[in-house]
Amino acid sequence: MAEVTNVLLVGVGGQGTLLAARILSGVLQEAGYDVKMSEVHGMSQRGGSVVTFVRYGHKVHSPLVEKGSAHLILAFEKLEALRWLPYLKANGTIVVNDLALLPAPVLMGKAKYPPNALDILEEKTGKLMVIDAAQVALKEAGNIRTQNVALLGALARNMDLEIETWEKVIRENVPPKTVEANLKAFAAGGKYQ
Amino acid sequence: MFLSGNEAIARGGYEYGASFAAAYPGTPSTEIIESIIPYEEIYAEWSTNEKVALEVGLGASLAGARVLVAMKHVGVNVAADPLFTAAYTGVNGGLVLVTADDPSMHSSQNEQDNRNIAPFAKIPMLEPSDSQEAKDLVGEGFKISEQFDTPVLVRITTRIAHGKGLVQCQRRQEAPRREYKKDAAKYNMLPAFARRKRVLIEERTAALREFSEGFSYNKIEWGPKEVGIITSGIGYQYAKEVFADSVSYLKLTLTWPLPEEKIRAFASQVKKLYVIEELDPYLETQIKALGIKVIGKELIPNMFELSADILREKILGEGLPQQGGEEGELDLPPRPPVLCAGCPHRGVFHVLKKMKVPVMGDIGCYGLAVPPPLEAVDSTVCMGASIGMAHGFQKASAWLGDARIAVGAIGDSTFFHSGMTGLADMVFNKGAGVVVVLDNRTTAMTGHQPHPGSGITAKGEATREIAIEDVVRGLGVEDVAVVDAYDLEAAEKAIRHALDYSGPSVVIFRRACALLKGLPQMPPLLVDEERCTKCHICLSTGCPALIHHPDKSVTIDANACTGCTICAQVCPFQAIVEVGGEVSG
Repeated sequence: MAEVTNVLLVGVGGQGTLLAARILSGVLQEAGYDVKMSEVHGMSQRGGSVVTFVRYGHKVHSPLVEKGSAHLILAFEKLEALRWLPYLKANGTIVVNDLALLPAPVLMGKAKYPPNALDILEEKTGKLMVIDAAQVALKEAGNIRTQNVALLGALARNMDLEIETWEKVIRENVPPKTVEANLKAFAAGGKYQ
Repeated sequence: MFLSGNEAIARGGYEYGASFAAAYPGTPSTEIIESIIPYEEIYAEWSTNEKVALEVGLGASLAGARVLVAMKHVGVNVAADPLFTAAYTGVNGGLVLVTADDPSMHSSQNEQDNRNIAPFAKIPMLEPSDSQEAKDLVGEGFKISEQFDTPVLVRITTRIAHGKGLVQCQRRQEAPRREYKKDAAKYNMLPAFARRKRVLIEERTAALREFSEGFSYNKIEWGPKEVGIITSGIGYQYAKEVFADSVSYLKLTLTWPLPEEKIRAFASQVKKLYVIEELDPYLETQIKALGIKVIGKELIPNMFELSADILREKILGEGLPQQGGEEGELDLPPRPPVLCAGCPHRGVFHVLKKMKVPVMGDIGCYGLAVPPPLEAVDSTVCMGASIGMAHGFQKASAWLGDARIAVGAIGDSTFFHSGMTGLADMVFNKGAGVVVVLDNRTTAMTGHQPHPGSGITAKGEATREIAIEDVVRGLGVEDVAVVDAYDLEAAEKAIRHALDYSGPSVVIFRRACALLKGLPQMPPLLVDEERCTKCHICLSTGCPALIHHPDKSVTIDANACTGCTICAQVCPFQAIVEVGGEVSG
């Protein structure tokens, strides 16, 4: 079977996971891969848990990533990182935004947000990278809306793709006024310690 | 180009000469028409419902246009009436109807395998398995439609509709307009003409079956012949994912009528034969009827989405090792979708819950008023059902000796879709039900498509805005009120009045969807810690901007809060205030 690489982008409806997935897919196409991307629209976008699958290689068939087969998970939120853990491949990598968005049952006091999310991730993950995307977006890029691109910067560090290609695709996909801020966020996300 | 199946279908409409498109929005079909709207060469409209969309499309076909009509699976139920007879009249310009099915019900009230529609309506069906085929098969669909004088069903599922892949595109090929000729026996399905057509349909199906045998998209991929797999649509991709080149495939694309000889020939060459298909045993039943032994639904579930995981487990008896643990191993709080902060539906449902009246709900964002904490809706069935059900509930209660009144709660777009006939019924049959129209000025759940009350067309042109209160009065409802959905006191008063009124009543709650662009900004609110008694009544509104902390205190997320004041209005202690200001509401 030809080698296919699987990436999950997970988060909460409204966090910009879709734009990030589109940028990633664009970079992969520029790099000459066959790419499939799968998302679900509709009801789940109303603040619900969202996932976008991106698969690339010489030839991709299924648009979905199987459980236990994701090489990379980019999590825009910690609880969502935990939720999608069963999709991670042995020795797979998780890049997680150090952000807790409380779901409705927690906001209402009916459920508890896992207090040790990062510890669980550390224990169960081959490689874990934690990034405070809001801090990068605000301090380095001066625009809180660049968090998703800051996360892509961190993801890019774990992928073998040309930085120039990333920059080109980011330019093409973000609003013209925010290009510089997004490029700064991307670079800072990639250097985050 | 990197296109979703929906975008690819739109592109197919463009490339293969469609000049007309109509639809009613519905997940997962909505982006088809949304992606067609920008093409200047194609007229596109959001029709009031799917039945109308198909009738508009059939009229356009008669006028000589190539036509694309799109809807979600349950939309085809609404459009079934014209569809089943369009199968008799046939077409003039090619007519392709896309049905977008939603296995696993990501965004739907039921799960239907609309492949069953094709043999039922006796029209040919094409099933793409990726974006490239989704585009190409629109062209094949137009050709088949015109050659065999029939509407053609293109059936996709969520993963085709919303899965993106690389698509080779080409320039538009204009389809010359076909001249309209009056033909009474072709287009009037009076019994005498329809009986003649009935016979012709069998002849057409036989001709299509022969066509299906030679259709290049019904394709055999030979590999080792120990195992053969017959599959279609997304099932093909999952099968290829798991079995790659280790088996032989018969990939069916024209799945009504099936190429029986090709199936027999394939089956005779392989030792063990599987049918891999999502949902119903549609292919399996037909293949078994040919006397061919296959393995299918005894292994592969007949409900919910199929996946490579399932095939691996059910056929190979193995799963991939999961480093991160099994699903459900960690006890994680769910993250269900919720009504947005500032949603104008929230206050109305809060009031309805407080009044303890049965609420017959409808299809739209207000389905999110079913789960806790609002728990305000008693039923959700289909587009428009709220009004008929509220009427039936009230009439039966009166007939059986009590005065229970149910409230029908329906959105603005849904009201135009199929609420008006129910309301006419209520007036005609002397009902005393109450209808609440949640007029948020748009078709919100599917992403803000305009409707007859919006004053703008799909193409962005200004048009006459049909006022719901005018429609309601025109239908003979005398007790009509228009109320601001953000004013809870007025809402309660209006609903109480409507419940007491002896005839049918309609209360229109008007306030734009909080996600619409260009709305006036209102200052966010905050909790006055000194006044707050931690009673948590505010949390009963289910607003995601309210944060409940472990120490039982509540704060408001200023980034999420739209200043709608619903929480301030329900607070008994006036503890929710404007920033630097006084109590609101």
